[in-house]
Amino acid sequence: MSTSPLATNPQAYLQSASRWRPVEIVFWLATLLPFYLLPDYLSLASQIAITALFALSLDLILGYGGIVSLGHAAFFGIGAYSAAIFSKFVMGEPLVGLAAAAAVTGIAGFASSFIVARFRHFTLIMLTLGLGLLAQEAANRAHWLTGGSDGFQGADIWPVLGLFHFDLYGYTAYGYSLAALFVLFLAARRMISSPFGLALRGIRENWVRMPAIGAPSRAHIQKAYTIAAIMAGIAGALLTQTTQTAALESISFQRSADVVVMLVLGGAGRLYGGLVGAVIFMIARDQFSGIAPQYWYFWIGVLLVSVVTFLPNGILGGLSAIAARWRRK
Amino acid sequence: MTAIALATRRLNKSFGSLTVARDIDIDLPVGARYALIGPNGAGKTTLINLITGMLAPNDGQIFLGNEDITRLEPQDRVRRGLARTFQINTLFAGLNPLEAVTLAVAERRGITNQFWRNVADHKEAIEEAYEILAKLKLGDCCYQVTRELPYGRQRLLEIALALATKPKVLLLDEPAAGVPQEESGDIFEVVASLSDDLTLLFIEHDMHVVFRFASHIIVLVGGAVFTEGSPAEIAADPGVREVYLGTRKHG
Repeated sequence: MSTSPLATNPQAYLQSASRWRPVEIVFWLATLLPFYLLPDYLSLASQIAITALFALSLDLILGYGGIVSLGHAAFFGIGAYSAAIFSKFVMGEPLVGLAAAAAVTGIAGFASSFIVARFRHFTLIMLTLGLGLLAQEAANRAHWLTGGSDGFQGADIWPVLGLFHFDLYGYTAYGYSLAALFVLFLAARRMISSPFGLALRGIRENWVRMPAIGAPSRAHIQKAYTIAAIMAGIAGALLTQTTQTAALESISFQRSADVVVMLVLGGAGRLYGGLVGAVIFMIARDQFSGIAPQYWYFWIGVLLVSVVTFLPNGILGGLSAIAARWRRK
Repeated sequence: MTAIALATRRLNKSFGSLTVARDIDIDLPVGARYALIGPNGAGKTTLINLITGMLAPNDGQIFLGNEDITRLEPQDRVRRGLARTFQINTLFAGLNPLEAVTLAVAERRGITNQFWRNVADHKEAIEEAYEILAKLKLGDCCYQVTRELPYGRQRLLEIALALATKPKVLLLDEPAAGVPQEESGDIFEVVASLSDDLTLLFIEHDMHVVFRFASHIIVLVGGAVFTEGSPAEIAADPGVREVYLGTRKHG
């Protein structure tokens, strides 16, 4: 987005904006390192990949569309329970399970998008919070189906592609979660560079101007919200499949709040913001809870306050500002 | 008789006991250059908000050509060829002009429901956007993020975004608002150079500009049309002098 005096052809300029940068390739190659360097941490790595996918899904609506949601875990949880229920009553094939969870959350996302697309700002935050709490309580009450606070019993996940069993060390879990994250990241990246992605950025930048250029903002928001719901649902389904269970935690307000924190830490509206935020948040949680199991949120609080105070565009926003200044010299 | 591009019939709007539009009847012939003037609080911007659907009238009708658009959503009016600009910059601060105008072109072409193809593949849309920017002398700064553009350029971008919708009727709400007087002429030169098929209605306070660029003037006072006529008629009207010009040229 910085000024590029060399790009004189507008089409070439826009093309260069969506080109793969070396740092991205390095990032994705680095995601393979845990297999070799940290084989004891593969379960954590899998959780991080799943959380990163969840954060990416929120970034599509929050970072790009400016739709602040405090109830995004509803879709994560619906996906998690759908995958669990599907594996118990239909079949344990994981990829089919993901598709089933995606379909269920897609319907839930589309249905709620009719309400969500009508509101902005504070009303919207409260609305999504309310919807999230409704989903949480519904999952709690439906004990016969979800297991409620006891957790889901009887999830049965088959090996991935019939070959890779979910092992104790998490090789399959991480490989599977990472592959899903990468594929959906590619889809999200492609979407952001599309005319639809540009329209989402337009909604974020100026909600009032959009109708004045003839844009059907509500329809755009409904689509984005549904797509984000599907991605969140797939993330939830991945958690169920890699851990062979589903718990109320997956649909809790805590999870909705955490993912907003991750996005703010990493930097919203920059595609990698959610991924970097998830990595930092999850590693911080792992480390801090090792030091002080009761108080680890204290350090998350410190991290959050420092980032929003000194890096209003998140850690990635700060880094790219430094890089831009360095390039100008 | 020339065809009418835009008309309002007995348009009324009030907020509680405050009437901001009272039985407004206006007719804009195709290709006209109309100015809308009046003292502060006369309801000029309100009238634009009513015509474009950003406010709903209590009563009355609005016609674009022969079509009654009174009940249409703002974006549907834009799609039918009614565009506006804003008195206070209402731009996409974090996009650059090329992205912003390409977005407006893409919306008009109906390609913003594509989420698989890259924007950069839509060569024609991008070229059209760049052409509009170049025409408004924004070509050299079209990669610079909007919030960093000089204010005068931002005012031109307001117009560029509206033009990207390919309007038949364009409503300009003080296009040179806040621009130093020596530069406001530049903005109106751009306005004057727009196609003759385009029907224009602009709000402006600077009477030199109004008399120079308008073919017809509507004077709005207290939410109602006070009078209208050619610039010469308005200039000679003692009533207008009193309610409008008089406020400034006292003594």
